[in-house]
Amino acid sequence: MTTPTQEHLAYVLRLADTALILGQRNTEWCGHGPILEEDIALANMSLDLIGQARLLYTHAATLDKALTGRERTEDDYAYFRAEREFANYTLAELPHFGPLAGTTHSANDYAVTIVRNFLYASLMAHLWTALLRSADPQLAAIAERSIKETRYHVHHAREWLIRFGDGTEESHRRAQAALDWLMPYTREFFSTDAVETAVAEAGIAPLTAQFESAWRADVQAALDEATLVAPAPVKHVSTGKLGEHSEHMGFVLAEMQSLARQHPDARW
Amino acid sequence: MQATADRALERAWAALEAVPDPEIPVVSIRELGILRDVRRADDGQLEVVITPTYSGCPAMSQIAEDVAHALDAAQIAPYRIATTLTPAWTTDWITDEAREKLRAYGIAPPTGNCGGGAASGPDEKPITFMPKLPAPVCPRCGSKHTERLAQFGSTACKALYRCLDCREPFDYFKPY
Repeated sequence: MTTPTQEHLAYVLRLADTALILGQRNTEWCGHGPILEEDIALANMSLDLIGQARLLYTHAATLDKALTGRERTEDDYAYFRAEREFANYTLAELPHFGPLAGTTHSANDYAVTIVRNFLYASLMAHLWTALLRSADPQLAAIAERSIKETRYHVHHAREWLIRFGDGTEESHRRAQAALDWLMPYTREFFSTDAVETAVAEAGIAPLTAQFESAWRADVQAALDEATLVAPAPVKHVSTGKLGEHSEHMGFVLAEMQSLARQHPDARW
Repeated sequence: MQATADRALERAWAALEAVPDPEIPVVSIRELGILRDVRRADDGQLEVVITPTYSGCPAMSQIAEDVAHALDAAQIAPYRIATTLTPAWTTDWITDEAREKLRAYGIAPPTGNCGGGAASGPDEKPITFMPKLPAPVCPRCGSKHTERLAQFGSTACKALYRCLDCREPFDYFKPY
C-alpha cells in the first residue's frame, strides 16, 4: 500500500461519516416504525451502516496515526468532532419530515426515508463494487463486507419505492414530494474535488462521477416502475462533504454526541 | 518443537468446537464459518481468527469473549484473537450438518448459492439488485409453499417467512 495522504484519510472519513449519519438518522424510527416489520428492518439497516462506519473509522485511525502520529479511536471521530469536521453528504443529515422542514414541523414521513435510502444505497452498490479494486487493501476488504449489506438495502428501498409510487393517490403524492425534495441533493455525489481527484490518481477510489450514468439508469428504471417522475435538474450542489452542512446537522450531532460528551470514557 | 505446537493447536480447535453462536446456540461458530482459523502467527503466538457475519453484528464482541473463555478454560495460553474481514463471510460456508441443525431448530437454512464470499472477486459482475432465489422450504412441514413477511427478522442475518400450508411463521437464514 502507498503511504497515506491527507486526501486518503479525508476520503475514508467521508464514507464513514455518511454511513454514520444516515445510520443515526434511520434509528429515529426505532420504536416508531410505521409497522413492526419496517421498524425492525430500519433498525437492522442502521446496524449495518453504523457497523460500516465503525470499520471505516478504525481504518481512518490507522491512516491518521501514520500521517500525524495521533492516536484516535472510532469513538473520537463519532463523538468528539465538531459539525464542521463531519464530511457526510448533506442528503444523509436531512430530517425525515420532508420538504416542510424549516417552515413547519410535521410528522416524520416514511416516503422520505425510503426515497433517501434508495438514492443512497443505489449509489453505494456501484461505489462498493468499484472499491473492491481499491489499491488500499483494507478499504477493499470493507467494501467486500459492505456490498452484500448494500444489496439488501437497495432491494428493500426499491420495493417500497415502487409500492409507494404505484400505490394509492396519497402514497404516490408523498413519494413524489420526497423525490422532488431529495433528488437535487444527489448532485453532491458526482461533484469532483481535490480529495476525490487525489484518491482516484492513487488508485484508492474511482471518481464517483464515473458511474453517474449507471446510477441514473438504475434510478430511472425504478422510478418508471413506480410511476414517479424525476424532478428537473438544479444547479445548486450541496456541500456536506466539504463540511458545510444544513441547519439540520447540529441537531443530529447533539442527539448522537451529548451522552458521550457528558460521560467521557464511560464504559458499560 | 513442531509436535508441541501442533498439539496446542489441536487442543485449541477442540476447545473452540463447543463454542456456540450467541444468537443461534444450536450451531457452533465453527459450523457457521465465523471461526476461520486457529494458527501460529509469524511471531509464533497462537492466533484465533474470526470474521464478522455483518459489519454491525452485535454478537462479535460476545463471540470474542466466548472464544477467550473457552481457551482459558482449556488452559491454553498465550493466545490472541484476530478479526479478519477478507474473504468476507458468506452463508455458503455454513456446513451441511449445521444447515440440518438450523432446520431442526426451526430456522430455514439459506437456499441456493449466493455466489459471494471466497468466490467473489473484483471481476465478478456486479449484482445491483438481489438475484431471484428459490423460496425457502418450511422447516416444520417441508412445504415449498412459503411467502416472505419481512426481509429483516429478529437478527440481521434472518428474514421472516410464513408457510402457506401449515400456516406457521418461521425464520429464514438469508443467503448472503
